[in-house]
Amino acid sequence: MQAAEVGGLSGGSMADPLLEAKDLAKHYGSVEALRGASFTAFEGEVVSLIGDNGAGKSTLVKCLSGVQRPDSGTLVFGGREVVLDSPVAARALGIETVFQDLAVAPDLDPAANLYLGRELRKPGVLGMLGVLDKKEMRRRAIASFEDLGVTLQSIDVPIGSLSGGQRQSVAVARSVVWASRLVFMDEPTAALGVVQRERVLDVIRRVRDQGMAVVLISHNMPEVLAVSDRVEVLRLGRRVAKFRAADTTVEELVGAMTGALSQEDA
Amino acid sequence: MTTPQRKPLLQRLAGTNTLWIALVLLLLIAVFGALRPDAVLTVFTLQTTLVETAVLLVLAVGMTFVIITSGIDLSVGSVLVFSGVTSAMTMNALSGGDATNAGWGVVAVGLLVALVSGAAWGLLNGVLIAKAKIPALIVTLGSFGAALGAGQLISNGSNVSGVPNVLSNNLGTGTTFGVPNLVILAAVITAAGALLLGTTRFGRHTYAIGSNEEAARRVGISVTRHLMTVYLLAGVLAGLAGFMATAYFRVASITGHDTDNLNAIAGVVLGGTSLFGGAGSIVGTIFGVFIPAVLRKGFVIVGVNVYWQPIAVAIVLVAAVWFDQSRRKARDQR
Repeated sequence: MQAAEVGGLSGGSMADPLLEAKDLAKHYGSVEALRGASFTAFEGEVVSLIGDNGAGKSTLVKCLSGVQRPDSGTLVFGGREVVLDSPVAARALGIETVFQDLAVAPDLDPAANLYLGRELRKPGVLGMLGVLDKKEMRRRAIASFEDLGVTLQSIDVPIGSLSGGQRQSVAVARSVVWASRLVFMDEPTAALGVVQRERVLDVIRRVRDQGMAVVLISHNMPEVLAVSDRVEVLRLGRRVAKFRAADTTVEELVGAMTGALSQEDA
Repeated sequence: MTTPQRKPLLQRLAGTNTLWIALVLLLLIAVFGALRPDAVLTVFTLQTTLVETAVLLVLAVGMTFVIITSGIDLSVGSVLVFSGVTSAMTMNALSGGDATNAGWGVVAVGLLVALVSGAAWGLLNGVLIAKAKIPALIVTLGSFGAALGAGQLISNGSNVSGVPNVLSNNLGTGTTFGVPNLVILAAVITAAGALLLGTTRFGRHTYAIGSNEEAARRVGISVTRHLMTVYLLAGVLAGLAGFMATAYFRVASITGHDTDNLNAIAGVVLGGTSLFGGAGSIVGTIFGVFIPAVLRKGFVIVGVNVYWQPIAVAIVLVAAVWFDQSRRKARDQR
């Protein structure tokens, strides 16, 4: 395999990146999860972040979504250097995350989950007392689910009683409804059936077409190639390769992940 | 693509534990009523049952919030005793040792002291549970012992008498249009609790934290502060319950509240609130609190040995939790 030819993007040929992380490092005790990892995402693209188990994907996403702070390194978002010290700070910038472990409240219904932490309140005095506008939230939630092609038979059952695919769809919908610039999706299709997986991928494409950046973390190489515009590869806490999805193959991606192949300046 | 529909109201109701527990309560009343219609279905029986349950109901309202966050509060009975003692002793101190003939001003200070005493224990519980992350069972087991001990220390281990007559005659045993004032107060507290839990953002976050604490944290809900507020609320309500009990019994009693915590928990759980958190309601708690009370009253009137009551309650309680558990298991297997 010739690394130079499969080569990533030549810099400068694209617009400025929406998100650029440089030389991020993160330790957990003596474990170095990230050793100078870099990452780039552009508006209107799906970029996949791949790597073997323990390569640092989840840690990188946590650092980029404000769940954890890197020990060192810089983060540039929309042309400005930013510090993400909490998920709230990331959200204020229009960054949302779909977590691998499905952070939904299983006892609440889909509308309540969609609006969790952002509940709409009734107008006037009742709203000031904290009274929720459940009807309006339900109405808007139904509209949002419809927009994203999420099919639910019932809007008022606890989300825990839905199938895994539907639950996942709601989790994905919650992030993309609120995101305005960038969405991280950590294994959004893990443990889904074929049909449900296609549906989530459709949602991802739709979000991209709205002009947002989507960062997909996945172990499923055919899926990565099917949905991504670009792929960045992480190994041992460092970015080792960048590819255009259209110009690469599963073999090359696996080669980069395992260290059989590497790009000098990635 | 189909637009998701709301299920009809009746179907939504049928899916809840609350409906079933309400039917159990109605069934109990019907059975006792059929056995002794002359003694059971009277205004007097209704009044005494309501009065005897009012204080417990106030404790159970706070407990409902706590259990929905998947927590527990074993300290409520002891906090009730502590608050009653501090309140009664403050009223006595303000009246030169005996507050029996004191006025409303002294009573108001007494109420404030009871609420603040309850709030202090609630806040202590909340800080240890939410900030120090010590399991709620251990923290409140500790304050269960400590609050009772502190109450006994302050009162020298004896009941505190000298409760103002204006307090006992009005809040304790007075009635308004035939309804005991104690019951009215409990009803107001319960209604406020039901609205807070069912219609506000505070209530929604309470459910969310109990359902998935991590998910709540990630969407930006301040979980630590919310949990502290919930335990504070339970403490304040225990303080109020202490004041109510003092008014009713005309004495701040040291004894007789050892199992208030368990009775409140039983009522909440019977009412369909899940010990695993995330689900439950104040309306359910009302039914749940009255089931043991109706059983006790019914057994006395019908002439069944009253010692059967705790056994009957235990059976219903275990059945209710088993029902809840198997329903959750069925749901989570999907």
